[in-house]
Amino acid sequence: MTTLAPAEAYADAFEAVRRTAAAPDGVVDLRRRAFERFTALGVPTTRLEAWRFTNVAPIANTAFTLATPAEREAAKADTAPHALGIGAGLLFVNGRHVAPASDVSALPDGVEVLSLADVLASDANETRAAVEARVASGAGIENEAFTALNTALLHDGAVVRVPADTVVEQPIQLLFITSPPPGGEPVMTHPRVLLVVGENAQVRVVESYGGGDSPYLTNTVSEVIAGPSAVVDHYKLVRESPTGYHIGAMHVRLGRAANFSSHAVTLGGAIVRNDAQALLDGEGVECTLNGLYLANGSRLVDNHTTIHHAQPHCSSHELYKGILDGEARAVFNGKIIVAIDAQKTDAKQTNKALLLSEDAQINTKPELEIFADDVKCTHGATVGQLDEDALFYLRARGLGLEQARSALIHAFASDLLNHIAVEPIREQLDDLLLADLPGSGGGSFHVC
Amino acid sequence: MLEVTNLHASVAGRGILRGIDLSVKAGEVHAIMGPNGSGKSTLAAVLAGREEYEVTAGSVAYNGRDLLEMEPEERAREGIFLAFQYPVEIPGVNNAYLLKAALNEVRKHRGEPELDAMDFMALVKQRMQVLHIDQDLLKRPVNEGFSGGEKKRNEIFQMAVLEPKLAIMDETDSGLDIDALRTVSAGVNAMRSPERAILVVTHYQRLLNYIVPDVVHVLSDGRIVKSGGKDLALELEEKGYGWIEGVAAQVGA
Ligand SMILES: Nc1ncnc2c1ncn2[C@@H]1O[C@H](COP(=O)(O)OP(=O)(O)OP(=O)(O)O)[C@@H](O)[C@H]1O
Ligand SMILES: [Mg+2]
Repeated sequence: MTTLAPAEAYADAFEAVRRTAAAPDGVVDLRRRAFERFTALGVPTTRLEAWRFTNVAPIANTAFTLATPAEREAAKADTAPHALGIGAGLLFVNGRHVAPASDVSALPDGVEVLSLADVLASDANETRAAVEARVASGAGIENEAFTALNTALLHDGAVVRVPADTVVEQPIQLLFITSPPPGGEPVMTHPRVLLVVGENAQVRVVESYGGGDSPYLTNTVSEVIAGPSAVVDHYKLVRESPTGYHIGAMHVRLGRAANFSSHAVTLGGAIVRNDAQALLDGEGVECTLNGLYLANGSRLVDNHTTIHHAQPHCSSHELYKGILDGEARAVFNGKIIVAIDAQKTDAKQTNKALLLSEDAQINTKPELEIFADDVKCTHGATVGQLDEDALFYLRARGLGLEQARSALIHAFASDLLNHIAVEPIREQLDDLLLADLPGSGGGSFHVC
Repeated sequence: MLEVTNLHASVAGRGILRGIDLSVKAGEVHAIMGPNGSGKSTLAAVLAGREEYEVTAGSVAYNGRDLLEMEPEERAREGIFLAFQYPVEIPGVNNAYLLKAALNEVRKHRGEPELDAMDFMALVKQRMQVLHIDQDLLKRPVNEGFSGGEKKRNEIFQMAVLEPKLAIMDETDSGLDIDALRTVSAGVNAMRSPERAILVVTHYQRLLNYIVPDVVHVLSDGRIVKSGGKDLALELEEKGYGWIEGVAAQVGA
């Protein structure tokens, strides 16, 4: 086997996608531009402000090849722990849609839940035109290397379109699993999610990510466009394996009086970076970005958020909580931009971290750029340990040390858990937090 | 049941308990009285297993076992219950969870089957009625936003559910109005039994009108300076703690 340099591996992947993944001309051209941008930008280093505390050298130094389609059977074991049993959804294994596993039959009329590859390869139609127009805007490719890479290698993912005035009651789960090749050589996937929600429509979407126990990279980009008065509840569950790297960007654009909430839950992965950028692009928008992350061992979890208040009378709430053990590190960076016209903005940002060991560490930074004068903006960050008095109180009632710790850790996360409206997700997290938490050092939060 | 011998304990390098001897038999109620800072809560904390209090000398035997060797949870499972002077607020953990987990730990330890949700609720409701506690309490986080009186009542409620062998009540009376004091006392008295011992730590004699002790000890500066019958509490109330400091000086000399 020849050893590829990382750059060669990316070039090969780009060639392979260009040759094999059919797409309209606009997308073909976009891929080429994106690859040029990626080549110019390179994998970010800690010299860049946005990556100062997040060293992705392990990713930069690895030659990832494109994951190849896996047998449904082979992926079954990897998939099971992530399936929420909520009916409608799409399954992707190694970056490709696995048709037979997905059931979208029960959705209301007009709701589309499609494989992006299918859409791109189809004859010209309304859906394809809409997707092409959307994707071709090339959001993020100028400055974000990983988004450029995802766009350069764009070939599959999920397209979810909800027509105006339509309420989708059942959550839609998009499940992305990387099933490692038999030899365990490093592979990568570049899923793309496009969620377009029409005026006054409502939907809940769950993106789940996981994989097997050999090195892999998930580099995902999601775009959410919510029309006026749309209500969108978005969940992202990162449960990559201890050998998985996850880089995810989410670009959200919210129309007048839209109500968007995001719940980013990170439980696994060696290095995880979640970027969430929301543009509040109409009056009266409500935007909630919540996040919960657990990390132990030498894992690294980075959440970067940007909330851009472009219009008046919008409110945004942000609550991120982290639980760190071992030598885990976390980064939270919350940027809030209030444009000059965005009067009466109400923005609140809170970041809390619970450190279970002396070696765990968090770097947290709010960044406020406020150009309007009549606004309410608050931010706060706390870092703490488990409350010794509470721990003793619980033990004095007969709870073992481990159980007492779990109860307090669960309690720390409880306000976030209470906001999770998809019951199976909350149950999974309850179980994980109450039953599966390791003591300091030890085990993994990743459950397979 | 409880044999405390020459117990010395310190916190943050400072000696607080300076030679406590105390013998409590099953069925007895002992009161421990003493001025602020005399070491009452320290004694209670050492018995419950709080790690920041270091035992520097002496021993504690509980039903023939070395209590000081046991983890706090093991003590609890073996039947020791401390009603805290300052019950801790634990946001995010609700009372029902705590009680059920605690009760089932105790039951497992005794080799009894764990209670299911229905039996648990039946037991808990009965105890709540006796103590005039509103059922909403179960859903509320442990002690969070409780008034001082509610916290104390909640401690006694937990005690009534867990049915300890040795109950240590650290100033459960402070902050209670007279009605609450009667309710709590009735709850405690209902638990008096030949198999159970109760250690009542208090500042004031008033509680002892309701929970009548067999023995009263006076603690001063880390030592028990006087022990006697229930009348000792009355005498103390009458003469004030200043009197005890005189006694302590004599004992110390
Ligand atoms: N954790 C601690 N750290 C430092 N000093 C302590 C600690 N706990 C108790 N002490 C000190 O030990 C002494 C005895 O305290 P303790 O709480 O046992 O008294 P007490 O008799 O219960 O008083 P009170 O009637 O006020 O409840 C006091 O001087 C107190 O300041
Ligand atoms: Mg005290």
